[in-house]
Amino acid sequence: MRPLLIEALVKIAILIAGLMTAAAYLVLWERWIAAWIQDRRGPNRVGIPLTNIRLFGLGQPLADGVKFIFKEEITPKHVDRFLFFVAPLAIFIAAMLAFAVIPFGSVLPVEGSHGPIQLVVAPGLDVGLLYLAAVGSIAVYGVILGGWASNNKYGFLGGLRSGAQLIAYELPMGLGLLGVAVATGSLRLEEVIRQQAQTGMWNVFLQPLGFVVFCVAVTAEAGRLPFDLVEAEQELVGGYHTEYSGIKLMMYLVSEVLHMMTAAALIVILFLGGWHFWGLTGCSQEVTWLQAILRVLVLGGKVLALITFFMLIRWSWPRFRFDQLMGLAWNVMLPLGMVNLALAAVWLEYGPRLSAWVGLGSGTAQAILGWAALLVSWLIVTLIVPTSTDNRARLEAQDLDRLVSH
Amino acid sequence: MKPDDPHIQWQQEPKLGLLGKTYVPLFVEGLTTTVKHLLSPKLTVESPEERHEISEPLRYRGVHRLNRDEQGRVKCVACFLCATACPAHCIDIVAAESPWPDRQKYPQSFTIDELRCIFCGMCEEACPVDAIELTSLYDLSGKSREEMLFDKEKLLSIYDQTQAQEPAENPSQNHPGQVGRPSGAEPPTGSGTGSKTDRPSRTEGAP
Repeated sequence: MRPLLIEALVKIAILIAGLMTAAAYLVLWERWIAAWIQDRRGPNRVGIPLTNIRLFGLGQPLADGVKFIFKEEITPKHVDRFLFFVAPLAIFIAAMLAFAVIPFGSVLPVEGSHGPIQLVVAPGLDVGLLYLAAVGSIAVYGVILGGWASNNKYGFLGGLRSGAQLIAYELPMGLGLLGVAVATGSLRLEEVIRQQAQTGMWNVFLQPLGFVVFCVAVTAEAGRLPFDLVEAEQELVGGYHTEYSGIKLMMYLVSEVLHMMTAAALIVILFLGGWHFWGLTGCSQEVTWLQAILRVLVLGGKVLALITFFMLIRWSWPRFRFDQLMGLAWNVMLPLGMVNLALAAVWLEYGPRLSAWVGLGSGTAQAILGWAALLVSWLIVTLIVPTSTDNRARLEAQDLDRLVSH
Repeated sequence: MKPDDPHIQWQQEPKLGLLGKTYVPLFVEGLTTTVKHLLSPKLTVESPEERHEISEPLRYRGVHRLNRDEQGRVKCVACFLCATACPAHCIDIVAAESPWPDRQKYPQSFTIDELRCIFCGMCEEACPVDAIELTSLYDLSGKSREEMLFDKEKLLSIYDQTQAQEPAENPSQNHPGQVGRPSGAEPPTGSGTGSKTDRPSRTEGAP
């Protein structure tokens, strides 16, 4: 039992250190991307402390962190003190917990306590996907409690809105997860990756509909920009964390970055093949050192690319209005997710027979079906669901007359 | 404004075609714009190392200077017009009997509080002898408030520093598209035929 414990502790230490560093540098990366998109240069001055060496501003996260820790922490008089303290902890812990089942690589060619060491904190957790869904929904508490405890209208509105948003988008996210789970026949994330690696057909090719639904849903879950009604700096001055400062605010901000990383990692693992890349990483469980390192790098690279994409869309598309957000969740994403799930289930039952009948490989046939389903259902949604973009208050003249005469 | 006000022009939102309703073209459009800017050259001037390029230094309103005449004396005649015109009341002049025969007074001390100054250029406009001018030096800074009180010597030294790049002319009397004439010279054209856009110059009226 003891070597297993040590193994787990070492992995936890590595993961926490890695996650915190990654979060800090992702903030810098986000600031750079934002600056470049706005034709600025971004932070490029802070380098090694006490010297004039700049290193393109790579010292910025350190400076930010120190600033956050030493900043005055204000607890306003009107807050609910206990909840005010618990809320950032809840969201932070929940965000960290998710990484217990998210693999950050494949295996190492070293014998651990149970076979080769797997690069995931809790290897072989049979309820991995359920665990993710469960832990992911705890984030709602952090946001709602924070907004409520702040006793501030902006915070409260942000908390309420985000509560509705997160709960609404949990459904399409769950449907996306279920589609993959049904196709894989397992709730273990390692198994999902292993199957994709073995067939070489990533789930994005087989279930494009699920991919779209899942991507939109996790973006909304992470509160990234087209769906950032949670914070909405322009209208809610930060939303639920308006009243927070100092290290509590840092916890909120870090857990936001962690959510983004979870979202990207989940998309990569469930749909984009995890650590697998054709002709580069191999697909068996026996690996050389080179392959093991390559797999970690490929996974990290994919996650970073997706995160960069998240940062790009932040400046590309305007925020959804609340009714549009809800409309998208219930009218569009939920039906699409159900179609995807139904397709996956049907394919599980009749797939082999059908592909044999058509005379194509199983993967090819499923991919064709998946893409056809995506096109058709997207078109149907386009035709049925009204796109309401105009909500300006407009009274017809006669209505106005009636109002005035009363 | 009532909704039935005839002055309101209600803009109809553009009708989306089938393709537009799928959201896809709009998404692509947004992304292309962002990526274009992501890769485009950056506009930031890295300030301490690089300097802003000022396109028209003669018209720029930066730090003041006190001009010298041909003999190197301060040009100012202590008429207080700049101090009177100054909306921020940042100019403090102590006049004294001039030691020179060509004028009655000269400024014994001439102090500008650069912290109070709003760089409107009214002093430059008001000056009848083109003695005070605003240069194109924009990054003035100091370690104390006292340091930002610029006295006569400091203002004259700014003249010495900048006169090579910005010869002593009054940009407020510039003709459009053409550098202004040196102070005291005759107007370039007859006074009656000057263009209407010409601002009436205060020196013109002087004998």
